[in-house]
Amino acid sequence: MRRLIALVGLCLCAAAPLRAQTIEDQVSSFQLDNGMDVVVIEDSRAPAVVHMVWYRAGSADEQAGVSGVAHFLEHLLFKGTEKLEPGEFSEIVKANGGRDNAFTSFDYTGYFQRIAADRLGLMMEMEADRMKNIQLDREDILTERDVIIEERNQRVENDPGALFREQRMAAQFLNHPYGTPIIGWRHEMVGLDLDDAMAYYEQFYSPNNAVLVVAGDVNAGDVLEMAQEHYGPIPKNEALPDRARPSEPPQMAERRITFTDPRVAQPYVTRTYLAPERDPGDQRSAAALTLLAQVLGGSQTSVLPQKLQFQEKSSVYSSAFYSGLSLDDTTFGLVNVPVPGVSLDQAEADLDRVIAEFLETGIDPEQLDRIKFQLRASQVYELDSASSLARRYGAALTSGLTLEDVHAWPDLLQSITPDEIIATAKEVFDRDKAVTGFLRGSEEVTQ
Amino acid sequence: MKLFAPLVALLVLAAPLQAEIDITEVETPGGINAWLVEEPSIPFVSLELRFKGGASLDLPGKRGATNLMAGLLEEGAGDLDARGFAERAESLAARFDFDVGDDSVSVSARFLTENQDEALALLRDAITRPRFDQDAIDRVKAQIVSSIRSDAQDPDSIVGRAFDELIFGDHPYGSPIEGTAESVANLTRDDLVEAHQGALARDNVYVGAAGDISSEDLANVLDTLLTDLPETGAPQPADIKVETEAGVTVVPFDVPQSVAIFGHDGVARDDPDFFAAYVLNEILGGGGFEARLMEEVREKRGLTYGVYSYLVPKDHAALYLGRVSSANDRIAEAIQVIRDEWAKMAENGVAQDELDSAKTYLTGAYPLRFDGNGTIANILVGMQMDDLPVDYVKTRNDKVEAITLEDIKRVADRVLKPDALRFVVVGQPEGLDS
Repeated sequence: MRRLIALVGLCLCAAAPLRAQTIEDQVSSFQLDNGMDVVVIEDSRAPAVVHMVWYRAGSADEQAGVSGVAHFLEHLLFKGTEKLEPGEFSEIVKANGGRDNAFTSFDYTGYFQRIAADRLGLMMEMEADRMKNIQLDREDILTERDVIIEERNQRVENDPGALFREQRMAAQFLNHPYGTPIIGWRHEMVGLDLDDAMAYYEQFYSPNNAVLVVAGDVNAGDVLEMAQEHYGPIPKNEALPDRARPSEPPQMAERRITFTDPRVAQPYVTRTYLAPERDPGDQRSAAALTLLAQVLGGSQTSVLPQKLQFQEKSSVYSSAFYSGLSLDDTTFGLVNVPVPGVSLDQAEADLDRVIAEFLETGIDPEQLDRIKFQLRASQVYELDSASSLARRYGAALTSGLTLEDVHAWPDLLQSITPDEIIATAKEVFDRDKAVTGFLRGSEEVTQ
Repeated sequence: MKLFAPLVALLVLAAPLQAEIDITEVETPGGINAWLVEEPSIPFVSLELRFKGGASLDLPGKRGATNLMAGLLEEGAGDLDARGFAERAESLAARFDFDVGDDSVSVSARFLTENQDEALALLRDAITRPRFDQDAIDRVKAQIVSSIRSDAQDPDSIVGRAFDELIFGDHPYGSPIEGTAESVANLTRDDLVEAHQGALARDNVYVGAAGDISSEDLANVLDTLLTDLPETGAPQPADIKVETEAGVTVVPFDVPQSVAIFGHDGVARDDPDFFAAYVLNEILGGGGFEARLMEEVREKRGLTYGVYSYLVPKDHAALYLGRVSSANDRIAEAIQVIRDEWAKMAENGVAQDELDSAKTYLTGAYPLRFDGNGTIANILVGMQMDDLPVDYVKTRNDKVEAITLEDIKRVADRVLKPDALRFVVVGQPEGLDS
């Protein structure tokens, strides 16, 4: 016991030097006249830069019936503009020693290049060009539609765990588009065409719906100047709609799904509860849930693995998962992978029992201290990767948060009390707002 | 290629960046050699230890021993049981990862400058005084067996196993490092102690460090860290010759998309032609959309989401491999296109502009690799294991630049073997027979 107390002392002392150097000192932000947000993260350790443009538009902003179009369009942005041939964008990046790619999520679509810092202007010139000027051939893009269908085959159809996840999300959201997969439902993907892609492009791709993030060996003033030169002349879209998606009605009935597939070798049970996300100026519940996930399942000293894997030995793997970065309500999840011979019904009962005990006994203060110290240390470790910092800012600013929210987050996490965590848990763990999912192989014997 | 052309040409002419890292060679009083890149701007250190040998040191009948041993290093060491060890690491915010490959066991550590001594004392216990408590052995075995079961139903894992077995048979490379459910069940505590003694020794360790630590500190730290390890480890396994026949092996499995690995023997890392082969592969199937395989299979025909090829120089064999996946009714066409491209490049080599742009990319991208302490520590270890000199980072781009079109043509003819190109396909492919 004495030893542990000494450790906690050490942790508290450590806070001061760790705090002296934080990310905030390296970050600047601006807004161009056309409404484009700009974030610059200065890091001169390597002569490289990451250039990213994030659109505040993802799969959850699609019209009904064209699921997957946000991601399809992301692929098509590499297929040429009035000035560039198909594929030429990436060729030029590569010819300059850089790498480029793109990604689509529920709430955002992003494009990035990592390249020598002195090529930043060229990257901006090309990225600004394809914000408005893509030029596509109605027939040619059908080949790319085949590619995204193969991508769906690879990521989803070949993997029963991924199919199960899709079904679970669809059951979780009664009305909100988070119930539709980012990559799209296959039967709608096969019908996507040029008109669908262009409609999405024209609605959402504009400077006042974009965030530019530049991280690396640059000076914020220079970046702003370059951004004004390349992105500044693009007119804003005056008709940009407000970001309002269909929202959830009150969820009043517990949902249970069972997905059976002969390819499942390791059955498991999940429980996901509808949960609040980080909202601008209002991130406290999300901070409590972030800590709750750590307390319950962040490492092998957490509540679920200690009880189910170490003491009772009824579980191979158990955890909790939550990410507060989301524009609209998200989920808090629990998972339990039972040892052979333990049924999924039992695995679910075990989860519920351990959670009920936890809500009763409360949080081990030493565990919470360790978690908070690790969160403080992560502020040091994260300075090592300009790319992941750039991603964090881009994701936050396209998920409805402001720079102030991002910078307030670390202290907010430190300020959360054990009572708050328990209170938030009790609020969120409501079976009427939950989906319980069983993933099983065809051979599992039920008891 | 319209408006941007002049601008691009101009930029290509600019001198490529130099990797701006300064490597210090450190030799400890105890005789350990290490490479260090000192970077004091962020108060933490990344330390990478790699022990040559890895899972290939498993003794006959003990497949999976090295993997299980490594999985137990942080499950109780010295005076701490599994939970105590994890709590201690968490309270220091230190992170240790233990990873096993065919040819090495790697230990990747990350710790804060402010509690460096405590973190290293803990790491030392994990490396030199693992407990192998029976309850931890049972728990980790169950996790490994669970993942073996999952791999048996995962097409990506099935295809890798099938290919390795076909090529390497009874050599350790021919079976998964995790072992089988049976071999893992039969491993005893004594087996783990033996695997530990054989795999982690002072004569097979390579060390790289990057971050907030001086060379004097590193030297002291390493002697303390490694002094209790045995002087010599287990003998390395034998080399094995790779022989394949052109053709297809189908492993039937009920998935909508077939997954394929293809390849034949490759080029050793110390082969004088390795650089030319590396550049050649960049053009044939390296990363990016411009490689010929991506262009032909994905961009022109939409047959796949991704197709790649890569050189695999292992310690005891060299392979040239590739991967592709396509819907069951399209995989046969994808395979035909790959075969054609393989043969075409073997016969004709590449065009001058392809070589030029591959060089521009490879030389421009090289300095960008040194991205963060963990990555740098990793690269430093890799260079030492490949027996490269410490000034390699300064000369590497010159070696790439020196490759000529004739080099590529000669090496294409030598390295690409359409007559030996073997495909292993997992799925329900149409129009393909074993």
